[in-house]
Amino acid sequence: MTTQSRTADSPPRLEVSGLTVTFGGLTAVDDVSFTVGDGETVALIGPNGAGKTTVFNAVCGLVRARRGQVRVDGAPAPSSATGLLGAGVSRTLQGLGLFDRLTVLENVLVPLTGTSPRRPRRRTPGGSRARALGLDTARETLAALGLGDLAAVPAGTLPYPERKRVALARALVTRPRLLLLDEPAGGLGPADIDRLAGTVRDVSGAGCSVLLVEHHVDFVTDVADRVVVLDFGHVIAAGTPDEVRRDPAVEEAYLGVPAGTGASEETA
Amino acid sequence: MERLVFLLSTGLARGAVLALFALSLVIVYRAARVVNFAQAALAVVPVYVAFAITSATGSYWLGLAAALATGALLGTVVERRLMRLVPQDNPLAGIIVAIGLVMVLQAGLAIAFGPDHRPVHAPFPQRPLEVGGVGLMSPYDLFVLVVAAVVMGGLALLFNRTSLGLQLRAAAFAPETSRLLGVRVPRMVTLGWTLSIATAALAALLLVPTGLGLDPHAADVLFVNAFAAAVVGGLDSPAGALVAGLSVGVLVALVTGYASAAAAPPAVLALLTVVLLVRPQGLFAAREARTA
Repeated sequence: MTTQSRTADSPPRLEVSGLTVTFGGLTAVDDVSFTVGDGETVALIGPNGAGKTTVFNAVCGLVRARRGQVRVDGAPAPSSATGLLGAGVSRTLQGLGLFDRLTVLENVLVPLTGTSPRRPRRRTPGGSRARALGLDTARETLAALGLGDLAAVPAGTLPYPERKRVALARALVTRPRLLLLDEPAGGLGPADIDRLAGTVRDVSGAGCSVLLVEHHVDFVTDVADRVVVLDFGHVIAAGTPDEVRRDPAVEEAYLGVPAGTGASEETA
Repeated sequence: MERLVFLLSTGLARGAVLALFALSLVIVYRAARVVNFAQAALAVVPVYVAFAITSATGSYWLGLAAALATGALLGTVVERRLMRLVPQDNPLAGIIVAIGLVMVLQAGLAIAFGPDHRPVHAPFPQRPLEVGGVGLMSPYDLFVLVVAAVVMGGLALLFNRTSLGLQLRAAAFAPETSRLLGVRVPRMVTLGWTLSIATAALAALLLVPTGLGLDPHAADVLFVNAFAAAVVGGLDSPAGALVAGLSVGVLVALVTGYASAAAAPPAVLALLTVVLLVRPQGLFAAREARTA
């Protein structure tokens, strides 16, 4: 199933077509297709084991697709970390992956020191100026996420919601055109989720496309332009949050089923 | 009292060399998570090169530059051509390869230059300066302190104030995460070895004029004491290497001065044992282990 939200004159920011991933004999993702347009926010949802994270990892080049294609701006997605950064793709890492012993500012600077040709420092010669540019970008990003006062604090000493925001800042500091978020609302309270939703809307308002994997249905309804629902590795529904909510197939597989019955059906 | 002041001041100079060598062990441990048992042998090879250059040109400074360059080159080559090939899943493999490297290098030096001590002259006098009738450190000791301070200050700036240093630290703390963020981790590991062996070579070069002279085993005791200092400091901590290196240097000077030179190694061992009993992770170790 394919969802389209853009005219065909330019390739979508992200295009996943016919993606199939197998682990041994198990088909984790089967013929999944969807697109993410410019400035669009698309959420991948589905019950546990539906294949959301596998799709996500295939987009990042962390797992190899058996069939199908992942294209970024019309070109095959690079599989290396530096290649993805170079193509303007940035992601948050599972388990946050912060450097606990580095300060918040240093954590956010690391992706700017790398080899991405999109980093600002490449554009100006001269070491100190270039570094100042990286610092400015990092400080701006921290300020935008309300982390400016914590710049000099070791990341490992922060509470979880702040750590999660540092991880988001680190993904945003490279000024990506496609942002991949792995359960950004997981473990957050209502106030932090509201703040996160505001950030995602800001980012997408600035033209950045967002693909997120998320369990938190209210958050998804709040920020996503479109939702792609996976179950057993297949796309079972796609559309706006409202359309997807009303889809009987989704209700049956996921949304409408009360947690208790859902659990017993899974074990049955 | 005069004796104490003298022993403390020379102890500081010896301690600076120890701290420098301990720092070299910390740098390579951080970068590659190996305790490099070949550090002494790798440090002595550049000193032989310096000796040859100084003998040929008469310039100590050319020799010093050559030692640094050779150390850097040696560290790079050993990582790229040898250590990189060692399986990472078993920490013992790297240690065994390092011990093998020690045998090859020390035997090679003995074959090429002979096993004898070669007297090495210091660039400055080694007679203690007297201040108010009290013997203090020699001009050479002062030189050693200044060089060690400059190098350690430079390394601190490199690691803490530059983009490259940030990449080196990130790659050391969490290599897999760093890779995903675009840091070229293998290059950082190589660079760690480059910096480490150049630093170790400098420490060995500074040490040799104060000892018996140059022979293939000239840095062995330095390695043992610096290793103790690095472990006392926490193995992962540059500040720990500095403080523990200076402490071990002063301890050795005091024990040698008030008891005998033969009592110094057991004293260092006793310090190491006490620290390991009280605080097994070392005095300055960070609490968290390395993450992915």
